[in-house]
Amino acid sequence: MASPDTSNTADLSVAMMTAPVELADWLVVAPVALCITFGAILMMLRKNTWLQAGASVVGLSLLVVACGALLAHVLLNGTVTMTMGRWLPPFGISFTVDILGASLTFVASVIALASGIFGANDVDMSGRRYGFYPFLFLMMAGVIGSFLTGDIFNLYVWFEVLLISSFGLLILGSEPRQIDGATKYAFLNLVATTLFLIATGYLYGIFGTLNMADIMRKAPEMGETAPLLTLTAMYFMAFGMKAAAFPVNFWLPASYHTPRIVVSAIFAGLLTKVGVYALLRVLIMLFPAEREVLGLVVAIVAVLTMVFGALGALAQTDYRRLLGYLVISGIGVMLAGIALASLTGLSGTIFYAVHSMIVMTALYLVCGLTARIAGGFSLAEPADIYRSHLPLAALTLMLLFAVSGLPPFSGFWPKAVLVKASLDVGEWWMAGAILLTGFLTTIAAGRVWILVYWRARQEAGDSDASPVRLKPMTDYLPVGILTALAVLLGVYPEPFLDMAQTAASQLIHPAAYIDSVFPAGGVE
Amino acid sequence: METYMILLVGVFFSVAVYLFLSRHIIRILLGAAILGNAVNLLIFTSGRLTREVPPIIATGPTGTPETMANPLPQALILTAIVISFSFFAFLLVLTYRTYQELDTDDTDEMRFAEPRGQQMPPLEY
Repeated sequence: MASPDTSNTADLSVAMMTAPVELADWLVVAPVALCITFGAILMMLRKNTWLQAGASVVGLSLLVVACGALLAHVLLNGTVTMTMGRWLPPFGISFTVDILGASLTFVASVIALASGIFGANDVDMSGRRYGFYPFLFLMMAGVIGSFLTGDIFNLYVWFEVLLISSFGLLILGSEPRQIDGATKYAFLNLVATTLFLIATGYLYGIFGTLNMADIMRKAPEMGETAPLLTLTAMYFMAFGMKAAAFPVNFWLPASYHTPRIVVSAIFAGLLTKVGVYALLRVLIMLFPAEREVLGLVVAIVAVLTMVFGALGALAQTDYRRLLGYLVISGIGVMLAGIALASLTGLSGTIFYAVHSMIVMTALYLVCGLTARIAGGFSLAEPADIYRSHLPLAALTLMLLFAVSGLPPFSGFWPKAVLVKASLDVGEWWMAGAILLTGFLTTIAAGRVWILVYWRARQEAGDSDASPVRLKPMTDYLPVGILTALAVLLGVYPEPFLDMAQTAASQLIHPAAYIDSVFPAGGVE
Repeated sequence: METYMILLVGVFFSVAVYLFLSRHIIRILLGAAILGNAVNLLIFTSGRLTREVPPIIATGPTGTPETMANPLPQALILTAIVISFSFFAFLLVLTYRTYQELDTDDTDEMRFAEPRGQQMPPLEY
């Protein structure tokens, strides 16, 4: 803002955008603005518990529409940029949306809607009074902001937004188990974001800019003189910790099984994938030359994460903790594509991220429904759900097949693409690890289904004592939507594979991204 | 000036890491507070420390003076301070609640989420 006496003489068009923002471009900030608005309003009305669920479902439906419109806009018109405060980039903070960001945003909004509907029955009145829905909206603001922003310090701020809201969701209920899990989650994630901040401080020291497009323009010339490899390694460590990659994943199995099930479902669907997304942005888009050097490290981390995740899942007695290890195993598979960094490999990673978001959320939700019927999460107790609740058993079987990577469900195609990508570059051990992980996951998933759903109860006496009824709208509908998506991705993968491939090629050849932020070369 | 600050940052980081290695939550908490300050000082130092030249870009051909301190890291720190302060406040309350509810601040004894001696998963069908 210029003061009145200078505005007469200064030429504002040098520093500011003078043209008004196009109406369609407002879609770039609409999802974040919507989340923050609804979060704030629901926070004010948190005593009115009767209103929270209904208003949230309306808000989340609007969010799905806004994110869908944004995705359509990006697919039709290419990468879109909107810069805050009309300062020209790199001085104004830009939101830059390419296909990767827009599609992940859309999937995240669908997951939030499903969880919001599920929460209408699952979250009790005290959970609502202490702010389940406001936290959900604010966390969505953080997640979506991370997917959309084109400024690396802004990415840090969105990480903190989603982190602090996730703390709120995690300790909702204040049981000793939850406080224990939340303490470990909070400290380890604090270390991860602090590492991210340190790396960003150094990055600004090196480049003098925080705008991702500007960094990309400057990085190739800096490679000789600046310690970019160190910087990339720090980012890999920080985001690897957020994504729960192998040596730094211990916060996830310590905390993901403690909150109420719908919170676990949202976390499993969204939080670790934000870490993977940030890895894609930094390792693939910003510093591809440095990633080349780190490639073997990333590959080893990927293989260890996927295999140990699957082995951890095999060793569990608790259904929820087993799912936590499956989340970790999936992260390893996504990292495999980042290690390969070929077009095929990256499209596999992106497709797998979408698949994992949908399927892991749905699995936690069916796990919650199962526990409601069985009265606990232990795999040792047969619940006989196949006989009492056939639709639930069927939905679960489909989701378990999807997470194991069996056709015709969504997990099959990205794994097939990743195996092909590994064999293309001769990394047979990577392909072997992915197949071995698939095999181990199939065993773990099969055990869950046989032990909990298929096995009959030992004593016939208590089976007819008032069976638990599941509500079609709040219990079956969200799981049904997510399972339908998983089946759709599996049966008709062609358009989605194409989209993932385009998103991957935009990451490898980011010319469109830079052009979008700096039209016609921009200022230098 | 920068040299001394860099040494101070190094001391802060080592103290923070040392505290983080403790088993007691209260020390880890102090470590988190010091770590936050270490990072803020690091970013502050990376933007040059000088009071001689005000960070105002003159019009005309003189351009940006080389000795000027970069004001942007200071703006970044302001954001980071707010965030690390709110985190610290949250962690302080969480730690206190942990101590009240679990009756311990020793991380080795905090086994409520992952209890010791869990039964084996079912080995037969």
